[in-house]
Amino acid sequence: MHLTLRVWRQDGPEAEGRFETYEAAGIHQDMSFLEMLDLVNERLLTAGREPIAFDHDCREGICGSCGLMIDGRAHGPQGSTATCQLHMREFSDGDTIVIEPWRATSFPIVRDLVVDREAFDRIIEAGGYIGAPTGSAPEANLTPVPKETSDAAMDAAACIGCGACVAACPNGAGQLFTAAKVAHLNLLPQGQPERWMRVERMVETMEEYFGSCSNHGECEPACPKGISLDNIAMMNRDYLLSKIRNRKLGGY
Amino acid sequence: MLDARIPSGAINEHWDNHRDSISLVSPANKRRFTIIVVGTGLAGASAAATLAELGYRVKAYTFHDSARRAHSIAAQGGINAAKNYPNDGDSIHRLFYDTVKGGDYRSRESNVYRLAQLSVEIIDQCTAQGVPFAREYGGLLANRSFGGAQVSRTFYARGQTGQQLLLGAYQAMMRQVDRGTVELHTQTEMLDVVVKDGRAVGIVTRDLVSGEIASHPGHAVLLATGGYSNVFYLSTNAMKSNVTAAWRAHRKGALFANPCYTQIHPTCIPASDEFQSKLTLMSESLRNDGRIWVPVRAGDTRPPDDIGEPDRDYYLERRYPAFGNLVPRDVASRAAKVEVDRGKGVGPLANGVYLDFDEALRRLGPGTVRERYGNLLDMYQRITGENPYETPMRIYPAMHYTMGGLWVDYNLMTTIPGLYALGEANFSDHGANRLGASALMQGLADGYFVIPYTLGDYLAPHLGEGLVPGDDPSFVETERRVTARTEGYLSIGGSRSVDWFHRELGKVLWEYCGMERSADGLRRAISDIDSLKEDFDRDLRVLGTSSTLNQSLEKAGRVDDFLQLARLMCVDALHREESCGGHFRVEHQTDDGEARRDDANFSYVAAWDWNDGHEPVLHREPLTFDHVKPAQRSYR
Ligand SMILES: Cc1cc2nc3c(=O)[nH]c(=O)nc-3n(C[C@H](O)[C@H](O)[C@H](O)COP(=O)(O)OP(=O)(O)OC[C@H]3O[C@@H](n4cnc5c(N)ncnc54)[C@H](O)[C@@H]3O)c2cc1C
Ligand code: SF4
Ligand code: FES
Repeated sequence: MHLTLRVWRQDGPEAEGRFETYEAAGIHQDMSFLEMLDLVNERLLTAGREPIAFDHDCREGICGSCGLMIDGRAHGPQGSTATCQLHMREFSDGDTIVIEPWRATSFPIVRDLVVDREAFDRIIEAGGYIGAPTGSAPEANLTPVPKETSDAAMDAAACIGCGACVAACPNGAGQLFTAAKVAHLNLLPQGQPERWMRVERMVETMEEYFGSCSNHGECEPACPKGISLDNIAMMNRDYLLSKIRNRKLGGY
Repeated sequence: MLDARIPSGAINEHWDNHRDSISLVSPANKRRFTIIVVGTGLAGASAAATLAELGYRVKAYTFHDSARRAHSIAAQGGINAAKNYPNDGDSIHRLFYDTVKGGDYRSRESNVYRLAQLSVEIIDQCTAQGVPFAREYGGLLANRSFGGAQVSRTFYARGQTGQQLLLGAYQAMMRQVDRGTVELHTQTEMLDVVVKDGRAVGIVTRDLVSGEIASHPGHAVLLATGGYSNVFYLSTNAMKSNVTAAWRAHRKGALFANPCYTQIHPTCIPASDEFQSKLTLMSESLRNDGRIWVPVRAGDTRPPDDIGEPDRDYYLERRYPAFGNLVPRDVASRAAKVEVDRGKGVGPLANGVYLDFDEALRRLGPGTVRERYGNLLDMYQRITGENPYETPMRIYPAMHYTMGGLWVDYNLMTTIPGLYALGEANFSDHGANRLGASALMQGLADGYFVIPYTLGDYLAPHLGEGLVPGDDPSFVETERRVTARTEGYLSIGGSRSVDWFHRELGKVLWEYCGMERSADGLRRAISDIDSLKEDFDRDLRVLGTSSTLNQSLEKAGRVDDFLQLARLMCVDALHREESCGGHFRVEHQTDDGEARRDDANFSYVAAWDWNDGHEPVLHREPLTFDHVKPAQRSYR
């Protein structure tokens, strides 16, 4: 395949960005999208030009490092697929492909296609955990968890923190990511003691960093892990309730 | 003589006796100690969280942009624990026994026993944190079986066990970040350990975004920086996994143990072309229900459906009736190589064997198969474009895990006082071969339950001592060297990319120090590596500057260290005139092609001294087996 790439280049967080055009010849359809970029980078280096910076690590869709806007779609054309799992067989000879970083005020660009997603860590810090100091845990089977509950928690816990939901959202909202973690922990019996504090703190931290949700629903189709919008409904409900529960005696 | 500081008494009392006798630091005094944790994978994040909960001041470092992205996230299959929930005869002793045997009698009994004991607490801990382990309909935890065991003791969270365990540890650590007890430095790469008066007193790092080189003093330094499989270029490890932290410590005096003990994983997707950047693992749990076969006849290129039962060779079931498809990894890997080398390989490049779910689909139905393995099968389809519900998967062994690592004593301390190694970065528990689902167990045991106790033993006598200041000559000199090394790569101005060198190194190692090794091959590899390293120093090309994000520059340092490590691996493999576990020397095999150990001469840990870059010097830690009698492993 012969492709034309229009790639966002930006030398640093403060620098002006620009699109540059590269010809990518001899691309094999079994290559992954990132292997295609590896090859382009190798050629750029030979030509004495700095390679394109992009983030990646596991290359199997689990670490959440990769994330590119490909022709305006977060993670590209294939559904339920992180950028690193996208293969060139999804493209055709002669295509022009536009490659950009995630665009969201909460994710500043570090360089070229690399963004800083630290705001997600702030949300987790605010309550995305169950306080169970090491050594204090009871025997695991003392607390049975209905299989359906455990499965639903696992569905939500599958989020890889890639940020595609934010990038796809016209408002740059962080709802899907936050809701996935709230649902994972708030569904489980182990998560109940901190349930209302958790949701209140996480939602309010989210609002400090991210835009507001106006129910566009663009996040769900962009998500490589199929995180469902239902999680957002659960988070919203728990958040409302938290305003009562978290008041003194509100929970009684 | 290396002193592993193994406690006395009956083996089942070692850990208790040790905990009772080592020094403690009182709760109020813990906050007077600053502990540096490098790496926030399973081992590092669990250690950082736990030490902070105990009251230490923790500074944690990772080169990732978030601690949640560590390579541990990719572990699929599960984590072992001797809970014996299925009531199938498991016990701490049996897990201990299986692990020592699986490691081909090259691990320390005492460490392994402790690991088996702690396994039980890990499951309790992770469940309390909300790790969504698989459950039965009654709401209790589910188990499955894994290679090298005849009981079901593996806990799992779909095919994402590592992800869920890591998120549990990461979240526990972030809770401490929120409380101000862990100071987390992301996108920060440790480039050297600082040693003063023979003790580890801090680290020097580079900020990957700004390029700033900085000093960080600590009372103790914990390296939880993962394994070195990526020395082979193609492996199942995440692309950024590397040996730099451990290697820099080695150069500062920490002995490096058993570097040649590397593990090849039998079930990976075969390479499809020369651009392949990494290999994808298909969890070994697939071997529970999938059957492995090749055509009976070499060069049989018919599609799998056209090959009838009589023309199929289920070679593992045939050769190892007792364990069948669940033999340990090293055995399964070599068996696949034997078949492919005989011309029975399948797929377009004839470089794989079949892993067939046909029988399982009929026995269990597609629903159950999907529930157990759905995400793995989907992943396979995404990569290969083939549907494993309809046609058998193709698999082949790939480099996966490294049993070797920094030598540590029973307290997890390296030979540099105050410097510890946890998780895959150390050599501790797996001997010459690791059993499936045991790395997660070891990483979490080290981080949650071992280091929080053993660290106090080193720290207690140093109570009241201040930190060595960052402007001490030991820091200034280390910073100077780190800066010179980093700038050095930029100034070579050669013609070849760092990836080129990495790929070439990988080819040499896979050929001569991979699944099979021979004296001639290893000698050849050493000379090839030496000349590759010379070329690297002369002909490397890295563009850009050191004051921005520069991914090629980061990689240059990592590949430089891989080149040095690769040489040591070959030296170690050459010296070990026996076959054991993942180390298979063609000169040492039984008549039917199984590994032949030499217990009389090689029942020791080989711990290598850097020796200022001259020929490495060998130190031996003899291994004794009082509880598991070494035997020729048999899985027949
Ligand atoms: C595909 C795959 C599947 C696996 N499946 C299983 C399984 O089912 N069961 C099982 O038991 N094991 C499994 N393993 C093995 C297991 O995942 C690893 O051995 C284990 O997760 C290693 O954990 P760790 O904490 O030691 O290191 P890692 O998770 O590799 O973490 C290393 C950390 O160190 C940091 N780091 C490294 N160097 C530096 C530096 N110089 N400066 C700053 N930070 C640094 C990294 O950022 C990272 O945070 C699997 C491995 C792979 C590759
Ligand atoms: S919810 Fe989906 S898109 Fe958003 S961070 Fe998680 S995995 Fe990525
Ligand atoms: S590189 Fe890890 S999810 Fe894509």
